[in-house]
This record gives sequence, structure tokens and C-alpha cells, in this order.
Amino acid sequence: MSILDFAGASQATVSFVTNYGHRLYSDDFVRQLDQVFGPAPTGAGSPDFFENQANPALVADFFSLALNFEDASFDGALVWDSLQFLASPLLQMVVAKLHRMLRPGASLLALFHTEERIESISTYAYRIQDHRTIQTASRSQRRPAQIFNNRSLEKLFQDFSSVKFFLTRDRLREVIVKR
Amino acid sequence: MWNRRKEEEPLPPPRTAPAPPTSSQLAKEGIPMSTLPSRPTDTRSEGVRGGAAIIGKSVVLKGQVYGREDMTIDGEVEGTVELQEHRLTVGPNGKVVATIKAREIVVLGTVHGNIETREKIEIRKEAKVVGDIRTARIVIEDGAYFKGSIDIVRAEAPKPAAVPKPQPVASAGASSPAAAASAGDVKR
Repeated sequence: MSILDFAGASQATVSFVTNYGHRLYSDDFVRQLDQVFGPAPTGAGSPDFFENQANPALVADFFSLALNFEDASFDGALVWDSLQFLASPLLQMVVAKLHRMLRPGASLLALFHTEERIESISTYAYRIQDHRTIQTASRSQRRPAQIFNNRSLEKLFQDFSSVKFFLTRDRLREVIVKR
Repeated sequence: MWNRRKEEEPLPPPRTAPAPPTSSQLAKEGIPMSTLPSRPTDTRSEGVRGGAAIIGKSVVLKGQVYGREDMTIDGEVEGTVELQEHRLTVGPNGKVVATIKAREIVVLGTVHGNIETREKIEIRKEAKVVGDIRTARIVIEDGAYFKGSIDIVRAEAPKPAAVPKPQPVASAGASSPAAAASAGDVKR
């Protein structure tokens, strides 16, 4: 199987995935967001990061750098918490691109913070230690573009065949989406 | 930590007067190369063996690089790099835009291109690698940037030597059902 990992390369995830004989594609999605749209805001100020996401030239730059894979390339995608830093319409474009990149029956894992009225949230590097353990390493504080609830997530992934929600301990909503 | 490079300790005084260092040795000492624990770290013994070829940080090379010795690239190389049975180190100043094949690769600088190693690739924390990797083993330090695919190629277990099958007695024929079945002739 071919697995796409948005968290950037880590030894633990590489070992976990490849030990099962799968191929891992590593792509540091959040770093590429910063690279194209500028440094992310940590609080209420500096809105350029989200305004830049509506700039067609920058959006074209972003898609030339990130997610530049053929259609139906992957059997799974580890998106982690990256989607909540995307403003519309870039968010819908990224989800549509993910839909095309995944093969029918493929799964996608995404995490979303559940706490509303929050100025900034911690971002993490996610590393799969084993089939029961994910290690997180704090990266930075960022302002989310929006906070999702179940209804908005169902709408976001409406082109996928199923969406399952799990509430986790750390005010996170874990979402498993089937292509 | 195991993956941190130790500072080089001063060498003990040599027992015999060493030969004057060559320019390649002097250049090598200035490059923060990593060495595997299982390999000799004594630069004198490396000097005796000829050491590694070095492409210094002011050198720009375009084309095919083919070698039969270990190599350190601290300059810029564009094209292909092939060191099938040897080790390639891309130093902290190294910028390689090339398809690379080597026995083992250590990256401290920047590599753009597909990489194939027979044994191992190490991507150190300051390194940036963009390309697809095929290797038997991979080590990625925290902080390293990698974009591309990783294919782990399992080394095939050596096949056991073919044991000559016992030859049936010429006149006895198949005496057991199993033997008869293997011979494709079952009698009831």
C-alpha cells in the first residue's frame, strides 16, 4: 500500500509504515503552507496568512509545491490536524485534491480541535510509535482558520463515502474518512 | 544520543613520525564528516587507505560522477552520482541535484533527486532531501526535511544450497504412496 503522511518525516512513522511493507510518502504540509502563504498568525493579529490563501497566484504556487501527485495514488492519508489551518476556498480545494489522490476504498485520518472560541491551538508533529501509540511533539501555536463541528465536517467530506467521528481526550475530534 | 556526532578528540601523539599531510587530508579535517562507529575514525589510517574523495565547497560539478571509493560532496553537483559499493557523504555545504546510487549515504546538506542505497541512508537534522528513496535502512533525525517516498527494500535471505535429492533405486519403483504421488503415478 501507499500511505501519504502530512506530518513530515519522522523515524518512528517511517519505521512503523515500512515495517508492514508499505510505501510511505512524506510531505510536511504545514511547513509548505508557511513557505507559500507566509508565517502563520499565532493570535488575533497578522491576518496575512489567511488572506494570502485567497490569492490565486499563491494558491497555484502552493499546489505546484504540495500535493503534486497523480490521481488515485494512495491507499491512505495521514492528514493529522493540518486542515484546520486552511481558509475557504483553499480548504475545499485541498479536500477535493485529496479525494482525487486517494484510491476508492482508501482511508483518511484527520484531527480537529473541538474547543470553540479559541485564539490559538498547539500544533504537533505526530509520530506513530506502534499500533496503539502516537507520540506528539509540540511545534508551535497557531490560529485556526475555523473550528469544525460534526455537521461542517460531514459537509466538508461530502464527496467521500463515509465519515466517522471519535472524540478523544485532548479536546480533539478524530475523523476517519473513507474514499 | 546515538545519532549525535561526537566532537573529534585530539589524536594521541603518533609513535612514529607521520608523513606530511596531503592536501586531501587537510581538506578532510576541515569537513565535519560523520563516521560510523564500526568504521575506523583515525584519519591517519584513512590516509593510508587513501581516504575519501572530496568535492570541496567551492567546487561546482555538472555531469556524471562515478567513483570506486568513498566520497564527500561539500560543493555543488548536478547530474548523476554513482558509487555503487561505497559511501557518499553530502556535507553541510553540499548541494546535490542528482540521481544518486551508493552503498550508503549520509546527508547533512541538500539533495534534490532520487536516491538508491544498498545498505543505509542517514538524513541528519539540518539536511533537506527532496526525492524518492529506495534503501534497505533509513535513519531520519528530528528536524530533517524530507519530501518524497520511502521504499524499504528488504535484503533477500540467502537461498539454502540445493541439496541433491536422493535418487530412487532404479529397479524398486515407487514403494510408498507419497513417493508414488510425487512421481505422478498413484496405484490403488
